[in-house]
Amino acid sequence: MLTILLIATVTFFMMHAIPGGPFSRERPLPDEIIAALNEKYHLNDPILKQYFDYMVGLATFNLGPSFRRTGFEVEELILLGFPISAKIGLMAIIIIILVGIPVGIVSALRQNKPADYFVMFIATLGVTIPSFVVAALFIYIFAGVLQWVDAFGLERPSSYIGPVLALVGYSLAFVSRLTRSSMLEVMRQDYIRTARANGLSRFKVIYKHALKNALIPVVTYLGPMVAAILTGSFVVEKVFTIPGIGKYFVQSVNDRDYTMIIGSTVFFAVLYVIMVLLVDVAYSLIDPRIRLGKKSE
Amino acid sequence: MKKLFVVALTLLLGLGLFACNPTTTAASVTELNWNIGAEPLTIDPTLNGASDGGDVINQTFEGLIREVNGVISPGIAESWTTSADGLTVTFTLRDSKWSDGSDFTAADFIYSWRRGLDLRTASEYSWIWEYTNIVGALESIYWTDECDNGTEICTVYNDDGDVIGIDHSDGLDDTTGLTQDEALDAVGISAPDDNTLVVELLQRTEYIVSLLGFYHFLPVKQSAVEADPDGGAWAIDPALVVCNGPFVLTEYTPGSGLVLEKNENYWNAEEISLTKINGEFIDDDASAYIAYQQGQLDVIPTVPAPLITALRAVDEEFYVFALLGTYYANFNMDDPLLGGNAKLRLALTYSIDREAICEALSAGQIPATGFVPEGFVDHTGADFSLTAGTYGIAADDSMYDEAVTLFAEAATELGMTVAQLRTAVSENVYMYNTSSSHQLVGEMMQASWSTNLGVNVTLENQDWATFQNSRKDGDYDIARGGWLTDFMDPAGMLAIFMEGNAYNDPNYDSVAYNTLMAEASAATTAAVHFAKLYDALDVLMADMPIIPIYYYSDILMVQSYVKGWGRSVLGTIDLTKVYIEGK
Repeated sequence: MLTILLIATVTFFMMHAIPGGPFSRERPLPDEIIAALNEKYHLNDPILKQYFDYMVGLATFNLGPSFRRTGFEVEELILLGFPISAKIGLMAIIIIILVGIPVGIVSALRQNKPADYFVMFIATLGVTIPSFVVAALFIYIFAGVLQWVDAFGLERPSSYIGPVLALVGYSLAFVSRLTRSSMLEVMRQDYIRTARANGLSRFKVIYKHALKNALIPVVTYLGPMVAAILTGSFVVEKVFTIPGIGKYFVQSVNDRDYTMIIGSTVFFAVLYVIMVLLVDVAYSLIDPRIRLGKKSE
Repeated sequence: MKKLFVVALTLLLGLGLFACNPTTTAASVTELNWNIGAEPLTIDPTLNGASDGGDVINQTFEGLIREVNGVISPGIAESWTTSADGLTVTFTLRDSKWSDGSDFTAADFIYSWRRGLDLRTASEYSWIWEYTNIVGALESIYWTDECDNGTEICTVYNDDGDVIGIDHSDGLDDTTGLTQDEALDAVGISAPDDNTLVVELLQRTEYIVSLLGFYHFLPVKQSAVEADPDGGAWAIDPALVVCNGPFVLTEYTPGSGLVLEKNENYWNAEEISLTKINGEFIDDDASAYIAYQQGQLDVIPTVPAPLITALRAVDEEFYVFALLGTYYANFNMDDPLLGGNAKLRLALTYSIDREAICEALSAGQIPATGFVPEGFVDHTGADFSLTAGTYGIAADDSMYDEAVTLFAEAATELGMTVAQLRTAVSENVYMYNTSSSHQLVGEMMQASWSTNLGVNVTLENQDWATFQNSRKDGDYDIARGGWLTDFMDPAGMLAIFMEGNAYNDPNYDSVAYNTLMAEASAATTAAVHFAKLYDALDVLMADMPIIPIYYYSDILMVQSYVKGWGRSVLGTIDLTKVYIEGK
């Protein structure tokens, strides 16, 4: 709660500090009209009054009108866009977990063998190729040349492939690399050697003892990643014309859409905090040394 | 583990399979798929101040007239008459209906226009009223009440616009002593009966009828606007919106698109053949272009920049339109050197290659051989710009020798050697706001001046907000500028260089020019009006406080099976009479 309050406060004052305002136009508006617009949106109140008004609004989930989209309240836009971003994000997350972790494990177990080199080569590509390249190439090849998918929108189920792939790229590669290195690290531990020496099968050692411990750094990464992916991506939403909320994070700053800047930042912060909390819960499930609610002796 | 792989594979394949499903949406021949581009800020006519919003509004609302391809045809006004002194224009409105079936009356115009004039509406484009010359309009849009006396609480600002305190005002305008409502009542617009609208002008205004067709002046329905107290939402809410144009909004999805359907209550509904327009908000030029190639889109307003040159040469579906606007560079006329010698400014103006610049920018720009672009018609029906001529400004490099001569003459006039003048001019800076295209223009001018005149100016860029301040405050030597006008009279272009105009960035102050412009605007006949404007242009071009570079242009790609589309000279698309043939 304190974190969110702090984030909202810092965002509020930082955004008022950047030059320009929501009414900067290619052709500058006359001062009288700017004054009238400021009056309408209460931007001529003293900054502290604006701050307190905003905080009261925030506490009651009233984030104010968007300056960029006349007629919409910020919370309305977030509620409309989030399910769409989250749907694509969720598909991406499932693929990242279901593909990234097993691939990492296999790669670790086959360390320095061709399979490992191959996986790591692909993973390095995945980390280095930015999503806008993936998205643009996808549109060019599958929509432009092959005409298998639509070039915009989400009308058909096939329209989800491109955005999901573009979102998956970096994190999938990162998760598999992280799983691999963490798995290698754990496999070298004494207790693994002891378990093996005690005659446990290789399978049991890997899945019962090594994996649980190896997953801790992966879960740590997954928390913030889930928050980031669920809230969409500016690039992916722009290229595929998806009405999600990812674009608001970038656009609102460019447009000096004050209410949307804080609205989207606070929304992301809340999601982030929740995910970090869930990560802590997940630790207790995976790592026997961590128990919630019990003080260590 | 294998299981997991199988699950993952199934998932991926499953997604892939959907891709092979055949398209089920059979394209109807009365539907148009149109990319609007980035989502408009608003599609409320009174609040809108941008061309993308104007493109939608032009399909959903109808003003007094409709201007397509430069031709004015009756809209809601069946006919109009101008009094002998030119000061009263009376519009006779046809019997028409709103999309909800209610009657349209002249009072609807009065409501809409008062809404635009009212500072409390905070319409971004309300300054356009300044150019209407309508009695009392200025007093309304610039109604000001200083915080110095009275009982109403108001905010006090310093010169930078920062709030410095709270004081009390009397709620009366400082000059006229009127309240905001009284100021609105005093505006020269009236509706003697349901079918008559009378507009009173301060002076004869040749372009008034065409200007009143601009999107800011399109009517809105009071009950619809007031159904949404926050303002603006009614226009995008299919449940609330009431239109009077050929189409009506039936769906709106933020970030995605909108759907317009034929308005059966439109006065000219029998001439509308489209039943539906699917408007998309595709912001990415490449994605939109691919969708266009696939046939998913019929009309797109942009294409990826690298393709423009090639498309322009070969593609018959690719259109380039000149806009009524010019991109230029301002000389700081308060600078003793640059502002002090016209021959020096002419030398700099003559020695750039505009064709090369436009080719490098490759977005369809047209080399500017003057300040007023083509497209304005004078009293004789001739094109203003073509009649005025180029004043020696060449599109290509053919005036370079003349420039060298002028530069030498300027040196003599200033009592310097050519070398001294070169050194002096080289101390100047060309300033632009950060953008690769502005930079390219700057670099090309810099290179031309260096080769032709031996002058090496420095380039400097500033971010937009900072640049605007520098330019406004005259804190520059040479700075980029641009102006697009909103009505079909060259006065809208030329007026910005009058003394005191907010956009007179060079701070040009010529008594002859100011007088001629004032006479042009007070002229009671079109012949005098244009004669004065031609003379004013002569003065401006002799003094050359700017370097004209190119005329702005607009592009549009339209599938060959889309027929009957139009475009206003201001760049707004008109889909009223569109029909699909041979798709």
